Amino acid sequence: MRFLLDDEQRDFARSLDAMLTAADTPSVVRAWAAGDHGPGRELWSKLADAGVFALAVPEAYEGVGPGGPLPVELAVAFVELGRHAVPGPVVETVAAAVLLAGAPPLAKEWLPRIAAGEALVSMADATQARAPYALDADAADGVLVLLPTASPCALRLAPPGHGPLHPSADPARRLFRPLDGGEEVTVAAGAVGAARDWAAFLTAAQALGTGEALLAQTVAYVKQRTQFGAAIGSFQAVKHRLADTLTGLEFARPLLYGAALSMAPGDIAAAKVTAGEAAYAAARTALQLHGAVGYTEELDLSLWLRKARPLRDAWGRPSECRARVLAA
Amino acid sequence: MDLDHTAEEDVFRAEARAWLAAHVPAAPLPSLETEEGFAAHKEWEARLHSDRWSVVSWPKEYGGRGADIFKWLIFEEEYYAAGAPGRVSQNGINLLAPTLFDHATDEQRARVLPSMASGEVVWAQAWSEPEAGSDLASLRSTAVRTEGGWLLSGQKTWSSRASFADRAFGIFRTEQGTAKPHQGLTYLMFDLSAHGVTVRPIGRLDGKPAFAELFLDRVFVPDADVIGEPGAGWKVAMSTAGNERGLTLRSPGRFLAAAGRLTDLWRARADPGDTALRDRVADAVIGARAYRLFTYGNASRFAAGASIGAESSLNKVFWSDYDIALHETALDLLGADAELAQSEWAEGYVFSLAGPIYAGTNEIQRDIIAERLLGLPKGRR
Repeated sequence: MRFLLDDEQRDFARSLDAMLTAADTPSVVRAWAAGDHGPGRELWSKLADAGVFALAVPEAYEGVGPGGPLPVELAVAFVELGRHAVPGPVVETVAAAVLLAGAPPLAKEWLPRIAAGEALVSMADATQARAPYALDADAADGVLVLLPTASPCALRLAPPGHGPLHPSADPARRLFRPLDGGEEVTVAAGAVGAARDWAAFLTAAQALGTGEALLAQTVAYVKQRTQFGAAIGSFQAVKHRLADTLTGLEFARPLLYGAALSMAPGDIAAAKVTAGEAAYAAARTALQLHGAVGYTEELDLSLWLRKARPLRDAWGRPSECRARVLAA
Repeated sequence: MDLDHTAEEDVFRAEARAWLAAHVPAAPLPSLETEEGFAAHKEWEARLHSDRWSVVSWPKEYGGRGADIFKWLIFEEEYYAAGAPGRVSQNGINLLAPTLFDHATDEQRARVLPSMASGEVVWAQAWSEPEAGSDLASLRSTAVRTEGGWLLSGQKTWSSRASFADRAFGIFRTEQGTAKPHQGLTYLMFDLSAHGVTVRPIGRLDGKPAFAELFLDRVFVPDADVIGEPGAGWKVAMSTAGNERGLTLRSPGRFLAAAGRLTDLWRARADPGDTALRDRVADAVIGARAYRLFTYGNASRFAAGASIGAESSLNKVFWSDYDIALHETALDLLGADAELAQSEWAEGYVFSLAGPIYAGTNEIQRDIIAERLLGLPKGRR
């Protein structure tokens, strides 16, 4: 029993954090939201150089996983991606890599490119009652559509192209309907469910990092913003909201790493709902404590503020996750 | 990173489970917060002790098993899963004993710990005063030097189980007019039956007479019952406070068992279409899992040499709010039966309401989290 990250995992987090800090992700996010994918693709290459995508790909396909993906390391990485608001279909690309590993011809074509950071893959869930959107399909090299289990095939590789942009609450999340048609693919039974679980797991990690960034920026702000002649961080009402924010995040973290160790659907659902709610609560607190300046687009805080709610709901809304916890 | 138990830990778990299966009373004991229940629980403590299950984490010389923190957590999981009785000795075992291990003399440990382990002597904590609750350092009860010891005078209140307990421990002002209020305090132990002690039970919200106020009129305490250096009582006391808020008072085993019982209740009684209630049951299951994993993370840090710190305030806020939500959910599942005061859930509910108040109010815990973990400036309370 050693339920702690080891030195290597912590060093990995620190080096990603340093790299992403140096990369000035806010300007990358703003470009991405405006439809300019250049800086985002450049950042994507740096992430690949740091080994992020290779963690999802088996050695046989030029990744680093001995037999499959490395969940703890991927959780570590995705917390950092969330902390720096990295744009793009990062969750979908890794979940697609896990899914495609079970479809050899496609695996051979896609996985080495994913590991190298050359392919961005988006993923839409056609089992959703409402319209399935593919995140950033305009930037993706491929779009997978997960089909309902009743279908003879498990997934469909949508043809190149996409429908019109459906603006998201977070402008850096660009939503499109995938095109009809394309190649249908059969993968192992349960693989689509597992891909959905992987997407939920990685989104939970991204949400946790988003919440941490919101908390850190807010703590820094309330230490320097003064009212009534004192830093507002000295007021008990402010302190208590931030204490609750930290508590929420600190109890989501062990659920995330516990899920990484088991990858059991109920554990992933527990991590997803808790991290999503904690990050969203962090966003509400961040906005309230920043006051009107927090309500502006120009402050970089807005990049994280607008992400928190979509991440809470993507790949497993809270109520779906709670139902899954009790079904486990 | 792993959550694997060793083969030795699995053996320990099996041993604890077998012993509890053979010994846990078939019918629940009367509440330990009543005189009758108190006696029954003392007998249970003696039984636990006779097979060395009362203080598994203590060294063997004091009646324990020398179990490390992981084994202690395993024992607690098994203990609550077995539906074993509440621990009437918990104030002594969880609050005084860690202080004795850290700050007492060998003579004090040898004298105090064995009778605590056996349940023969039950301890009460005498900290709060009428004017000193959250601002504990403002306490006014005094200990004045006398031949061979100290004379205690003043008033303590809200002392859990003091109505029936044998002895108490607390901090007293031994120097007046110090530069700061937490200087000049001394930590000591005294007999609740000593000359000069008046114990007045206070009825609680649940009608139980278990806590009390203590009136002290020149109560003699020998030097042998001072823990640590005279005047350094605050430091000694704060090591106890960390334990109180942290792991020992509310182990995850208690909430895992409660969440399991709640899930059973939901499956037996709930309207499957009531998704709002279903979500709250799920939150109880998730909360118990989160608390267990959070604790295993902390235990891993302690095993690697870290000491208990301000993160114990995160624990306290979490479990106390969680405990209320869990019991409120149970009451909503019970429907009209929820009002019946003597059900396990109703009693648990009333007890849970005290959680955000005792062991340092949650307001104080949130101040600690904000100031020590987030680095926010101190300010007016």
